[in-house]
Amino acid sequence: MTGFSFDAVAAILLIPAGAAALLAAMPNYKMTAGLNVAASFLTLLAALSLFVTERPQPGQYLLVDDLNIVFIVLNTFVGFTTSVFSASYIAHELETGRLTAPNLRFYHAMYQVMMFGMNLAFVSNNIGLMWVAVELATLTTVLMVGIYRTHEALEAAWKYFILGSVGIALALFGTILVYMAAQPVVGEGTNAMVWTVLIQQAARFDPALLNVAFVFLLLGYGTKVGLAPLHAWLPDAHAEGPTPISAVLSGLLLNVALYGVLRFKLLLAASPEAIAPGPLMVTMGLTSLIFAAFMLYRRRDIKRLFAYSSIEHMGIIVFAFGMGGPLANFAGLLHMVMHSLTKSAIFFAVGHIAQVKGTQKIADIRGLTESHPGLGWALVIGVVAIAGLPPLGIFMSEFLVVSSTFARHPFLAIPLVFGLLLAFGALLLRLTGVAFGEPRGSTAPVEASYVPMYSHLALVFAAGIYLPAPLVSWFQHVADILG
Amino acid sequence: MNGLTFDIAHLLAGGLVLVSFMMLYQDRLFALINVFALHAIVLALSVAWQAYIQDAHHLYVTAAIALIFKALVIPVGLHRIIHRLGIHRDIETAVGIGPTMLAGIGLVTLSMVLMLRVTPEADPLAREDLAFALSIILLGLLVMVTRRNAVSQVVGFMSLENGLVLAATGAKGMPLVVEISVAFSILIAFIVIGVFLFRIRERFDSVDVGALDDYRGERR
Repeated sequence: MTGFSFDAVAAILLIPAGAAALLAAMPNYKMTAGLNVAASFLTLLAALSLFVTERPQPGQYLLVDDLNIVFIVLNTFVGFTTSVFSASYIAHELETGRLTAPNLRFYHAMYQVMMFGMNLAFVSNNIGLMWVAVELATLTTVLMVGIYRTHEALEAAWKYFILGSVGIALALFGTILVYMAAQPVVGEGTNAMVWTVLIQQAARFDPALLNVAFVFLLLGYGTKVGLAPLHAWLPDAHAEGPTPISAVLSGLLLNVALYGVLRFKLLLAASPEAIAPGPLMVTMGLTSLIFAAFMLYRRRDIKRLFAYSSIEHMGIIVFAFGMGGPLANFAGLLHMVMHSLTKSAIFFAVGHIAQVKGTQKIADIRGLTESHPGLGWALVIGVVAIAGLPPLGIFMSEFLVVSSTFARHPFLAIPLVFGLLLAFGALLLRLTGVAFGEPRGSTAPVEASYVPMYSHLALVFAAGIYLPAPLVSWFQHVADILG
Repeated sequence: MNGLTFDIAHLLAGGLVLVSFMMLYQDRLFALINVFALHAIVLALSVAWQAYIQDAHHLYVTAAIALIFKALVIPVGLHRIIHRLGIHRDIETAVGIGPTMLAGIGLVTLSMVLMLRVTPEADPLAREDLAFALSIILLGLLVMVTRRNAVSQVVGFMSLENGLVLAATGAKGMPLVVEISVAFSILIAFIVIGVFLFRIRERFDSVDVGALDDYRGERR
């Protein structure tokens, strides 16, 4: 272990933690917004350095491998761009008086605590530590969802808190069961919770206990992924919290929970006698996809619309990972990255739109491409991307999911394609009204930060046209790990 | 394993399930909180007994946390909150007591059948603890589902966490990190809830989650 490589892991944890403490102590909101951006940027740099530096040996608590590097880099990148967006969004909220200066201090400190929790969840090699980190990230987002203190925000936060806690409790029970399964083989103590030890020995664990554990873990972490029928918190939390939080919820926190599910799926796959985790995940994924696709038609609130779209896409991703195999896993990974980038870009646009129009009602937002071309076209590109039209990145990943399903289980492809088309129709239907036609509502010019949203969209566009070979081989390698 | 030590552990864990049942039919907030305090005391005894028979001294800390924090500090705090909010009235249960009790019996049966079947080779004590713990978790969920009042939902959640602590202590040699995390999560949960109750009070003069439901959904 070289000294420098250890620093990279420590840095992605210590920078957010230190920044959180600093932000909590700073009164001036402009400075805190700036510091928030700076800290997020430094964390991103530290995460990128994981690619080039030598990796530390997996310890009892921390681990860096090919799988989690993808997640960490994505996490810190979207975390950074969101902090840039957040700075301009928050300035506007302060002007309109929806938030006060003490609120902001709290908000920025919580933002960094959340980044710390998510990064910790990714690098933890200990299933207990991972659980703690996921819980920390969840609690901070609960507090941020409730920050406006309106009726709706409080109800959303309460619902999120209650459902999230139940989910996390089930996940802990699952974690304890995994320990119980490991303990006769590995022996008592911390080692029986270390993931790298567990995966080596998993073949000798009691399969029945592992099965039950996985069901609890899937339900528990699945609540946080937003899988139907455990999704009830997700639309409320997205719609009522500040928009930067909607962006990180959809783009990042759902991925954290998904990562937890994937780690345990690997564990189960390593035990030959345990049930195959695939069918369970395929079922939950398909249910979420079709359910969310239907729900998209009746949305009248623009943030809620895209929240349901997140449920739909998490359904697709879980479906793809449930199918397994190199191609479907590759598609799932690609889809996850594309969805995070696109959905957060959409929320950046929606945040500014809702601010300038003063409403989130879809019916009151019309003709955006005329009144605010910058925002309107960003939304158009984003929705076209998220609906899965070529040539953008999501088209490619959805195409891979569908074609690999057709090749292996044609009957599963029918509901999958049905759900995709349904969602596609709903999104385009809403988009035409919002983006085109006679402008309605305020047409005042807007001071928006275009860089984060357009840089995300540019990446999604580029990925749809051409994926660089090193990236493809990296993803293929990770897809092989996922089995 | 000595028969008596096993029996005592069994008795305490079973007692915890029984107290969970008592929660199901309390229709006054104060009574519910008192039963929760009893729940925490039984938990503390159970954990302390586990600490003794496993010779695991760190578990005494968990027991002490359960006793001081969950059996004393939280119930007293909740009493004061209820006084300040002026909601000593009955709990409006969403489902009648009879069906709730029947559902509870069903859930306990379910968890016994499930856990005892999948763990035939595990240590008998840990095995029964797991089955009891799952019962307590499910009963805690039931309390949360059948109550409409925010305070009683919180109590349901905390009884659920007690079940988790029982499971964690029953698993022999489980690293301390988890126990601390469980204790901490309760602390954090309480802070969060305190913040929420305070804010809900600020806005609604009521902590009835049913009142919040009116604002649900699409704004048209």
